Amino acid sequence: MGEVIVVTSGKGGVGKTTTTANVGTGLAKLDKKVVLIDTDIGLRNLDVVMGLENRIVYNLVDVIEGSCKINQAFIKVKGFNNFYLLPSAQTRDKTSVTPEQMKELTDRLKESFDYVLIDCPAGIEQGFKNAIAGADRALVVTTPEVSAVRDADRIIGLLEANEIRQTNLIVNRLRMDMVKRGDMMSAADVVEILSIDLIGVVPDDENIVISTNQGVPLVGNNTMAGKAYMNICHRILGEEVPYLDLNKGGFFSKLFKK
Amino acid sequence: MTFADFFKKKQSSSVAKDRLKLVLVSDRSGCSPEVMEKIKNDIIAVISKYIEIDLEGLDIKIQQTQDGAANGPALFANIPIKDMKSKK
Repeated sequence: MGEVIVVTSGKGGVGKTTTTANVGTGLAKLDKKVVLIDTDIGLRNLDVVMGLENRIVYNLVDVIEGSCKINQAFIKVKGFNNFYLLPSAQTRDKTSVTPEQMKELTDRLKESFDYVLIDCPAGIEQGFKNAIAGADRALVVTTPEVSAVRDADRIIGLLEANEIRQTNLIVNRLRMDMVKRGDMMSAADVVEILSIDLIGVVPDDENIVISTNQGVPLVGNNTMAGKAYMNICHRILGEEVPYLDLNKGGFFSKLFKK
Repeated sequence: MTFADFFKKKQSSSVAKDRLKLVLVSDRSGCSPEVMEKIKNDIIAVISKYIEIDLEGLDIKIQQTQDGAANGPALFANIPIKDMKSKK
């Protein structure tokens, strides 16, 4: 039996889709059977970030409505044996799917996959409720900014209320130069405020833009963000991985060595 | 904080952190700053009947408790006493 993980944040533009793409690809690289589901109906993006936009035939709403078989809607990711994307519908809206239908779908999928990763839309309305309906655990993505952290706090409260048993934090787009001069909250600051367990710190890395341009997730390659995402994947598998030394000076990694 | 920081203005990251902590207290408890102010005034009124308190040093806030079984918001009040009226 696999695990359903929802990637969520509350605020838009903090890196949910990028995180879903990279964590999913990373888990697939670690030989796990993975399926990604884009639940952002009407504003789908996981397909372009994954570089699979030209191969969509059917989508999530087609599967839910029974217009196609689930396997027909899956887009196989090249280079992997067991890695698929279930894309969202672009011309429908969030009310096309109910939380009950989503739960039924993810319950079915986790029987044949190790990880079902759900890319959640921004906000706390219907789309969010659909995305978390069948989730066993959650990755909450935030950036070290007041607006994103505040929204993350709200989301964490809602996840608790919905009895998601495990919720972990990813602090995204951290700039060590700004943290050092006191102009950006550190990952430790954000963890202190939100008081949930950290699972990853991803530095602000221009390679993310480049990899998104190309439609090839950078997880596992020799960039700071690539390494940070791979470390998150290992931690999801339950391995203990030390935090990256983001400023090459030793200060940051010491902060998180326990 | 280093020696050099002492001469600089407050770092924007700690401003952010302080502001967030405050806003999250009211977000989490559903208790607005106005309600907090009313609670504070009522507490002052009651205690002042019996004890002379230091209004300058008064600090009342809702905090998120993180340790122990009582994991939820709690009202913390730090009320410095100037004089015990009953002694007079």
